Amino acid sequence: MSAGQPPLDSPEIRRLTPVLGPGHTYASVTDKISAIVLTRPTSLGWFIGFGIAFSVVGMLTVALAWLIIKGVGIWGISIPIGWGFAIVNFVWWIGIGHAGTLISAILFLLNQKWRTSINRFAEAMTLFAVACAGIFPLIHTGRPWMAYYMFPYPSTMGIWPQFRSPLIWDVFAVSTYGTVSLLFWYVGLIPDLATLRDRAIERPAKIIYGMLSMGWRGSARHWHRYQSSYLLLAGLATPLVLSVHTVVSFDFAVAIVPGWHTTIFPPYFVAGAIYSGFAMVLTIAIPLRKVYGLQDFITMRHLDNMAKVMLATGLIVAYGYFVEFFMSLYSGNKFDLYLVKMRLHGPYAPYYFALIVCNILIPQLLWFYKMRHNVVVLFLMSIVVNIGMWLERFVIIVISLTRDFVPSAWGRYSPTFWDWATFIGTIGLFVMLIFLFVRVLPAISIAEMRELVAETSEEDK
Amino acid sequence: MVSPKTAQKLGVGHNVAGSGGEHGKIYSDVAEISLANSKVTAAMWILPGQAEGTVVLPLGYGRTRAGYTGSNKGFNAYAVRTSNALWATGASSSAIRKTGDDYPLACTQYHFNMEGRQILATGTLEEYRKNPNFANEHAELPPKELSLYKGEAEFPYNRDKWAMAIDLNQCNGCSACVVACQSENNIPVVGKDQVMRGREMHWIRVDRYYSAQSPTNDPSSYSAALDNPETFFQPVPCQQCENAPCEQVCPVGATAHSAEGLNDMVYNRCVGTRYCSNNCPYKVRRFNFLRFQDWETPQLKLMRNPEVTVRSRGVMEKCTYCVQRINTGRIEAEKQNRPIRDGEIVTACEAVCPTQAIVFGNANDPNSRVAKLRAQQRNYSLLGELNARPRTTYLAAVRNPNPELENS
Repeated sequence: MSAGQPPLDSPEIRRLTPVLGPGHTYASVTDKISAIVLTRPTSLGWFIGFGIAFSVVGMLTVALAWLIIKGVGIWGISIPIGWGFAIVNFVWWIGIGHAGTLISAILFLLNQKWRTSINRFAEAMTLFAVACAGIFPLIHTGRPWMAYYMFPYPSTMGIWPQFRSPLIWDVFAVSTYGTVSLLFWYVGLIPDLATLRDRAIERPAKIIYGMLSMGWRGSARHWHRYQSSYLLLAGLATPLVLSVHTVVSFDFAVAIVPGWHTTIFPPYFVAGAIYSGFAMVLTIAIPLRKVYGLQDFITMRHLDNMAKVMLATGLIVAYGYFVEFFMSLYSGNKFDLYLVKMRLHGPYAPYYFALIVCNILIPQLLWFYKMRHNVVVLFLMSIVVNIGMWLERFVIIVISLTRDFVPSAWGRYSPTFWDWATFIGTIGLFVMLIFLFVRVLPAISIAEMRELVAETSEEDK
Repeated sequence: MVSPKTAQKLGVGHNVAGSGGEHGKIYSDVAEISLANSKVTAAMWILPGQAEGTVVLPLGYGRTRAGYTGSNKGFNAYAVRTSNALWATGASSSAIRKTGDDYPLACTQYHFNMEGRQILATGTLEEYRKNPNFANEHAELPPKELSLYKGEAEFPYNRDKWAMAIDLNQCNGCSACVVACQSENNIPVVGKDQVMRGREMHWIRVDRYYSAQSPTNDPSSYSAALDNPETFFQPVPCQQCENAPCEQVCPVGATAHSAEGLNDMVYNRCVGTRYCSNNCPYKVRRFNFLRFQDWETPQLKLMRNPEVTVRSRGVMEKCTYCVQRINTGRIEAEKQNRPIRDGEIVTACEAVCPTQAIVFGNANDPNSRVAKLRAQQRNYSLLGELNARPRTTYLAAVRNPNPELENS
């Protein structure tokens, strides 16, 4: 579009891998995207998938109910390992919830057109991932019904939260991120909700979409306000992408536990978050475009770009591993050194090596054009990276706690059935929300795709 | 219980379980011991330092009707005890047969090596004479001025300044302090299953280290160093740090510092994030993972100390320096309008210690026993390099081994 684009964006390449398939008009774009919600009959596959996800959510409900009844002792945590699956999953989900806002806000500000067709569902994915993540800090506490103590409310006893604790920073960071992501997503949805309102056939759909679209009529003044608010929200969301995981990393970096107390954590956590977030976008985008025939909208160029982002952030993460390792050796801190030894030789060494394979070695395939353009390889790779990033959090949180300062207190951790039920349950919740989203809201931004039609057709002239 | 060498001969060993691990659950090989025409099957526990060729069978376990925490735990050695061999008898090694099964034993400390850390300072008398300050020279202690909060004066602790000194020379690892603390502070008995998950609730624990270097640091893989290692004990209650890592990370301020330097737990403010425990370098905090207290049995209500809160599930707890006893002592002293006398307040662990290894008192009073012990050169802080500035300090163990015994 303008100067400073990478050479891959040259006209030749663009013709090969466009951001929008050829021959689309305003009407065809609108038809195709809104049809998924309005006219196409809900397939049997959707019901089966939704049903499975819904029953997994049922399991989550049971796991949470049992947790409230009995206490966190139903999990595998113990005294040296006070944080187990709950915090591993929290950090993992929050990390996944980074790609959406990055794609929507940062790429929007950088004027990257290829974000258009993936931003909507990436944002939705972000929201759902943050919702899944948000469950854990609440339920991992011993007395979740007292969790409101963490908010600075005007208490008659005059007690405030303890602001030096990174957990308080977390409360603010995550709730702000959740709110801004929701607003950003919703504001972006308004014109499309109006399109759905106008095209809806059944009366209830008309009423619901009508209320949600907040009286949008598409006047020039509406568009003007819409665009400035969208831009403002993008500006607001951008620092949050960086701050949320930085704050989450402070939970560890501020503590004195060997393996946590590291200054590399903030940048390395942010890179890891974007890494896993893009992996999750790919995990969803690839089946989505296949099932709903959206290959014209989510083209190979999108997948290729996302693969490149994964490769770059993956390399930052690899650098983080290296620095952690190097600093332990270089500082000569005996506690850190011992922890490095335990990672390589201890009881959890297989997890560490699996993490290196998943997060560093396998993604190196993305250097190859052929690999980036092989949908099956990309899909498998995104799953591998998701597993790798989960292992990373497990290695950081659990292994560090098993071997800290006083050898007499050293122990081990293994998850119980309820740990797994809660973890898999949140995956079910995530999938269920994605299924619902695809069914009732336009998974691709219709308004922005129309803009893209206009712009690409101008270029073709 | 067998020695490491005997265990090697019998081919029995241990396996550290995935849950609980070194701080909880160890699977031991089971052997069948035939004596006096009867048999007992028992898990073989390898104990470094035990005489070779002996098997020790502890009595009192394997009961079938001993309540929730006592029933069906361990093995009944009375089966092989006869009236003509009440305490000891000889047998050939063929009397012991490995069955091939294993049995989970609750073990709160499996790792016996200090990994070169300044945990339990020890030396010989000769070393002590040469350098009486040896316990304080392992690690660099950060200077007190090193702080982000420049210009902020150190809290003076003008009132009483409670401190505890534990003389490692005198501790013989009897665990009376653990039991006394448990009954003084209404600490629940959690039972074997919870201990095997690494959730025992004792506010004071007795750590045990061997001065042995073995390649694996696992008693079940034989090394000659394990035949007769020196054994050291270290009682570890809350260190009541002046610069406590736990206080800084609590999101709700449920653990706070008192003007007398106690690290107080506010049970009804605690939401149970367990962040404090993760950040505690001494791992002395204990968490109510489930509702460990029995609230229904009326008799148990009479058992409890009325001065101490009974904790419910989901809150953190830890050693308080017997704050209820401190307060009783202060009220008594205020009634008589005098300062608290040294030795007037005695913590539960101090009261029962048969060797008087634990001394508690006011460190501001230069004539108190604890202040005098703290002034000794053997006095050192556990993991002092972390700058937590513990109020509980240790006096290094100085041993005077008889060279004739050593060389024989």
